[in-house]
Order: sequence, then C-alpha cells, then structure tokens
Amino acid sequence: MQVNFSVNGRMESVDVEPRCTLADALREDLGLTGTHLGCEHGVCGACTIMVDGQPTRACLMFAVQADGCSITTVEGLQNDDGKLHALQQSFCDRHGLQCGFCTPGMLMTAMDLLHREVEPSRERIREEMSGNICRCTGYVGIVDAVEEAARTLNSADPTD
Amino acid sequence: MKAASFDYVRPESVAGAVRCLVDAEGDGKIIAGGQSLAPVLAMRLARPRILVDVNRIPGLGALRRDGDSLRIGAMVRHHDLLEQRHSPLLAEAARWIGHAAIRSRGTTGGSIAHADPSAELPVVAAALDATIHAVGPDGGRSIPAVDLFEGALETSLDENEMIVEIEMPIPTAWGFAELSRRHGDFGLVTVVAAEVEGSWRVCIGGLAAVPFRARECEWVLDCGPAGEDRIRQAARAAAAAIETSSDLHATADYRRAMAEEFTRRAIEQAVAATRAGAH
Repeated sequence: MQVNFSVNGRMESVDVEPRCTLADALREDLGLTGTHLGCEHGVCGACTIMVDGQPTRACLMFAVQADGCSITTVEGLQNDDGKLHALQQSFCDRHGLQCGFCTPGMLMTAMDLLHREVEPSRERIREEMSGNICRCTGYVGIVDAVEEAARTLNSADPTD
Repeated sequence: MKAASFDYVRPESVAGAVRCLVDAEGDGKIIAGGQSLAPVLAMRLARPRILVDVNRIPGLGALRRDGDSLRIGAMVRHHDLLEQRHSPLLAEAARWIGHAAIRSRGTTGGSIAHADPSAELPVVAAALDATIHAVGPDGGRSIPAVDLFEGALETSLDENEMIVEIEMPIPTAWGFAELSRRHGDFGLVTVVAAEVEGSWRVCIGGLAAVPFRARECEWVLDCGPAGEDRIRQAARAAAAAIETSSDLHATADYRRAMAEEFTRRAIEQAVAATRAGAH
C-alpha cells in the first residue's frame, strides 16, 4: 500500500505491506536507522518517536496507520546548523549513554516530557522515563542529562 | 517478532466497520490504539486475515458529560481520560496505564474490549456498573459491564460487533489504589472504591480472570458510617471472598493480603475525600 507522511519536515512516500510497522518503514524504506528496535512489542521504549506531536512506540503502529501524519524521529532533533540539540548535548556531557542503543528512545521520551514540563523534578523525570529501558549505563546519568537539558533550555535566550 | 500478513481496511463509518467484520467471516479484528493488539500480532498469538482500523471514523473520539454520567467514545485515548476534569477517578486510573507513549495511542474502547484481567479500565467499568454500547449487523445494544467480561481476554461481544461508546456514572466519592512492581507495569492488585447514588461499589482487578466485585465489602460499607473499624472490616470481607491462585508474579496468599490492604487504602481515600468535601 502507498503511504504518505512527513518525516522531520520532509514529505515521504513509501510502498509497504500492511503488516510493516512504522518503525520498519522508517528504518528499512527510508533509511532512518536512528529509531532503534529492541523488543518489538512495546516494552523497551527504544523505538519511541513523535507522531503528530505525541510520543508513540513505532513498533506498535503499522506504517499504513500513519498515512497523513507528521512524524519526528531522533534524526529531526539536531538544530538547523547541524549542531546537537541541547538535550543531545547534555546526554553527551552527563554520560547519559554508554552503548547508545536505548538513547534515541530516551531522547524522544525526554523531549516529550520537556515539552510538557519546563522544570521536572528528578522524581518526575524517573517516573516519565520509566517506560524506557537501559541495560548498560544505568539511569543516574540519564536523569542528570534530562535535568541539565531542562536548565539549559530554560536559560536559553529566546531571541537567539 | 513480525506480524503475519493481513489485509488492511480503514472504514469511515461504524456501519462500514461492521460490514468489514461481517465480510471477514470471523477472521477480522478491529484495531483501535493497537497497544495490546500489535504485540499479540507481532508474537503471532493472533493471525487475523483482515485488520479493520477504526481510527479514522468520525465521532468515536468524543467525550461528554450527560447529567451524572460520562459518555466516552470508544476511541477516546488514555491520554484524553487523564486530561479530562469530569471524572477525577477516570483521570487517576488513566495515569496508571503504561507510559505516555502508550497512553497517547491506547483507547478506552480497546482496553474494555481486550478485557485484560490486570488492566485498569475494566476494573473502573465493573466498579461503576458502566454500560457498554456496541453496534453489530443487527443494530445497537447496550451491555452492562458485569455481562461483558466473561474471562481473561474474553467478552460477550459478538465477532461482528464493535464498541462505540462507554457510559459511566460519575461517582460522588472515589478511591483508587494499585500495587505494581514498577511504575507503568500492569497491576498485581488494582482496587476501585466509589460511592454512586449513596451506595458503595468496590471492585478489585488482577486477582482473577475478570474484575471482582466485592459485594460483601460493599454491603459492610453500606450498613453504616465508614469509620476506621468498618473500613477494616470491609477490607477483610473483600479479602475473605477472593478466589485467586499463585503465578509467576505473586503467590495467592500475597495477592489476598495485598488485596485487603489496597482495598482498605482505596476506601480510606474515598472516605477522606468525602470528609474533606463536607467541610
């Protein structure tokens, strides 16, 4: 089936079987391999992306269901000048990743949280990130990174 | 972990969706939020020939207050339940469902139709004696929640029927208590205590194949003012009536003990809110 949607601001068209998940369409058909697939049944959170502004598990949605939707993946996070987004930078600075497998999902989930809450407490960050599993770094660095990103974003000059 | 092949249809009306189910001759499956169905398909525990996507049917996403009840369209997402202000009990229950990325897709109708014994919304529906409005080839019918849940993942819905709306009274007092090992996990024990039209409703999920209405507990509470002793007695009555078994997650004794404690907490929460409201 022919499916049209926008990904990170670009209109894309893919021809997929109905059983193809949105995650597979992004990875296999569009080459956007930043979205990682861990468990493929909605438990690990690695494939979290934004669909029409809402955090979504890309393994629990079929690509055909995303027809007409606006999608943001981890590849869409970096600034227009190619620099890392403040959230990505703070993951680097605060050792929020080790092997990096869970990181795309962590970033997208944290983005959603920071869209909704400008200054989440550590407890809130832990609560909101609890649907994303990390098997190597542990969570302290990740919570530090999200906390720091919130601070950076809050102190950023809006006219910049 | 890839679903088997299926055909995909996206009807634009309820009648159209029912027609798709009839045409599928028992081999069709409705997909709403897909948060339970997609894993089932990925693990090939189900292999429907036709997937009927009801996401684009207009009108199913409406949520409105109708006197003392809330009418919730089948496609109202958990996220919307969490945000609405009409029924604080439903908002609290929705907060306990999975994570933000699950709540943004998962739907009320889907959760009720899936009838997972450890899911939150079936417990709320059974506690409040919700009415489930469904449409099939012969028209619509209204099913009381107690008659809908027949077993684990089993409902009395016909294979050609779909849920269109769920009607729940808005309780005057309520309490919600859940025990789960990690935030966002399915509940080991989920308890809803609510007062509707002056009588108590207590329902416990996670113990058996269907939500368990603790009638003895309700009866104890209805007999007089809910002081500390009566609440304890009511919680004991609930635990005494429970039939549950041990599994991977918890032993039967642990479940029963936790059911008693969490029933007590849910009732206390409801009673405390009533007291606070009275001042």
